[in-house]
Amino acid sequence: MAKMNMLQAINNALDTAMAADERVLCFGEDVGGFGGVFRATSHLQQKYGKTRCFNTPLVEQGIIGFANGLAAQGSIPVAEIQFADYIFPAFDQIVNESAKFRYRSGNLFNVGGLTIRAPYGGGISGGHYHSQSPEAYFAHTPGLKVVVPRNPHQAKGLLLGAIRDPNPVLFFEPKRLYRASTGDVPESDYELPLGEAEIIKEGDDITVLGWGAQMEVIERAVELAEKESISCEVIDLRTILPWDAQTVIDSVLKTGRLVVTHEAPLTGGFAGEIAATIQDRCFLYLESPIARVTGLDTPFPLTLEKEYLPDHLKIFEAIKANIEF
Amino acid sequence: MTTTRSEVVYTPTFTDGDEFRLPTFKLLQQDGTLYDGAETPDLDRDKALRIYRAMVFTRVLDERMLAAQRQGRLSFYMQCTGEEAAVIGSTAALDDADMIMAQYREQGALAYRGFTTDEFMNQLFGNEQDYGKGRQMPIHYGSAKLHYMTISSPLATQIPQATGYAYGQKLAGKGHCTITYFGEGAASEGDFHAALNMAAVHKVPVIFFCRNNGYAISTPAIEQFAADGVAPRAFGYKMQVIRVDGNDILAVHEATKAARRMAVEDNCPVLIEAMTYRLAAHSSSDDPSGYRSKKEEEAWREKDPILRMQRWLLDRQWWNEDDEKALQESLRREVLETMKRAEKRPPPALETLVSDVYDEVTPALAEQFEHLKMHIRKYPEAYPKSAGQAKGGA
Repeated sequence: MAKMNMLQAINNALDTAMAADERVLCFGEDVGGFGGVFRATSHLQQKYGKTRCFNTPLVEQGIIGFANGLAAQGSIPVAEIQFADYIFPAFDQIVNESAKFRYRSGNLFNVGGLTIRAPYGGGISGGHYHSQSPEAYFAHTPGLKVVVPRNPHQAKGLLLGAIRDPNPVLFFEPKRLYRASTGDVPESDYELPLGEAEIIKEGDDITVLGWGAQMEVIERAVELAEKESISCEVIDLRTILPWDAQTVIDSVLKTGRLVVTHEAPLTGGFAGEIAATIQDRCFLYLESPIARVTGLDTPFPLTLEKEYLPDHLKIFEAIKANIEF
Repeated sequence: MTTTRSEVVYTPTFTDGDEFRLPTFKLLQQDGTLYDGAETPDLDRDKALRIYRAMVFTRVLDERMLAAQRQGRLSFYMQCTGEEAAVIGSTAALDDADMIMAQYREQGALAYRGFTTDEFMNQLFGNEQDYGKGRQMPIHYGSAKLHYMTISSPLATQIPQATGYAYGQKLAGKGHCTITYFGEGAASEGDFHAALNMAAVHKVPVIFFCRNNGYAISTPAIEQFAADGVAPRAFGYKMQVIRVDGNDILAVHEATKAARRMAVEDNCPVLIEAMTYRLAAHSSSDDPSGYRSKKEEEAWREKDPILRMQRWLLDRQWWNEDDEKALQESLRREVLETMKRAEKRPPPALETLVSDVYDEVTPALAEQFEHLKMHIRKYPEAYPKSAGQAKGGA
């Protein structure tokens, strides 16, 4: 075990993956000698050479197109998009190409080796284009996996799981926690499973569900709720697609209440998918409407970021309203 | 690094690059003889005949299958007509294990590599023997064993993929390269720019082969770009480039052979622009009479690349009228008979609807599939292709 922040854990995961398999390559904008604008790929070029860790020209559709080709050839590309806000130029390559590569070829070809890493989320005064949470755009795309870790231990284990998963994976890293979140991380090679939610805390009165940086916010809200004797079951979804409905269903069958929270805007956000599914599967057990605590249906604002974000107080209020319904 | 090799001037000096005129490489005249000064290319009889058969096969297949589409037997079709030399001449200059990442009008490349008539037909009819399991539209072929990447409809997406694929080949060190085909219309997509720039920066063994056939559906090349074709763009990327007569099988073959040598031996990407003409409609859903003249088409029909090669073969006495007649007849018969067999094959199994989305069927998708089967069992007459398969327990 070593004390690491999330960036160190991600860097350690990439190092581990590259050491274990020479087919693993890391590339993107400023990823090479400089080690990335957040330093996630620090020292990898020095250790594994310029052919395996390198800068690309500044072109997101090119980075992912290139990565698709490399993955089809049998390499294991880990491509970095500098901010999730800038993944949209590559949307066509991801949605029309990566996601459909295996299906459309009848499994003659696939890009299963592909992993795309991108820092996401707000809380860092990033304004419109350094704050977005685009997971719901991709959740509407069969063929992709979408994963979001909440702390350094999760980040390393899930990233290694993503790199070795035989399907293309989008790995969104909560950049607000890059240095803020620290914890014990095994130095050994370990993987955490994709497609499985994790019950972080058991409770009886209400289920509170989120992912990524929002888990820390949920913890603070739950502390407030527990002071008022509300027993909360806290679940980290971890994988957005394909998501672990069963764990959430089982929890809501027990608690009868659900709050889902994410930073992204409400309309079309992934909480909508979760709410619809739980409503369908737990209808007779629900004691109150499913609450969604999310960002507003606006572009991500700069000055009024605090007002925009679904913070612990908004979640706490939603928990209370749900209990009192 | 911002102004390397730049001279200094003291008056504002602009250029549109027009002084860099690219020549067109030609060897074979339409009458089947070489141009004065053209050297006889290094192409032996066996290979020349392999190329020629693939060209004739492609023409016969295209004519028959367009007719089949008109009869309603096929949902869609796209012909290679007029561009057989560009496609097959370049593929023939490669190693058969080099990767091909094509757009959609390159069935000739597959024909050259030995894709069987059955394999073509199974894809066109989307039957149970189609490698793609009937999931994609006709002409979206793929073959792992022939190193032909499955076609997808979004234009130009395969171009940066070819750069990535070839980068992997370079690391693997087995001396292979990738060729990627695209039309002059697709070259307007952002993916074209991304691919060429990345290939040049990273010194990737990839050949970018542009079929400049004058039209992107109804849009003439003059409305596609203001420059002298696609080739001059290579200068901006510091990439080797050649323009070739795309209806000249010998020139295309020679140019691609040299390009491959540069790609594999020097890790040097190359752009080839083959000037040709799309003799057929864009697709079975298009009618070119709405945007171009019969006279223009006729002028290009006289430059038919297959006829040109046939005359060269006749001139060399590698081929004669009887050979031609026998080949035409046997191909027509084979295409027709194979089509009839392929049409009768059953559709893909119902379960192929949900397999291969991921490496394994997810629980949520398995559940959706069980619901679908129950539904089909309830209304079997509405789903004739799968009613028989939906029987049995959930």
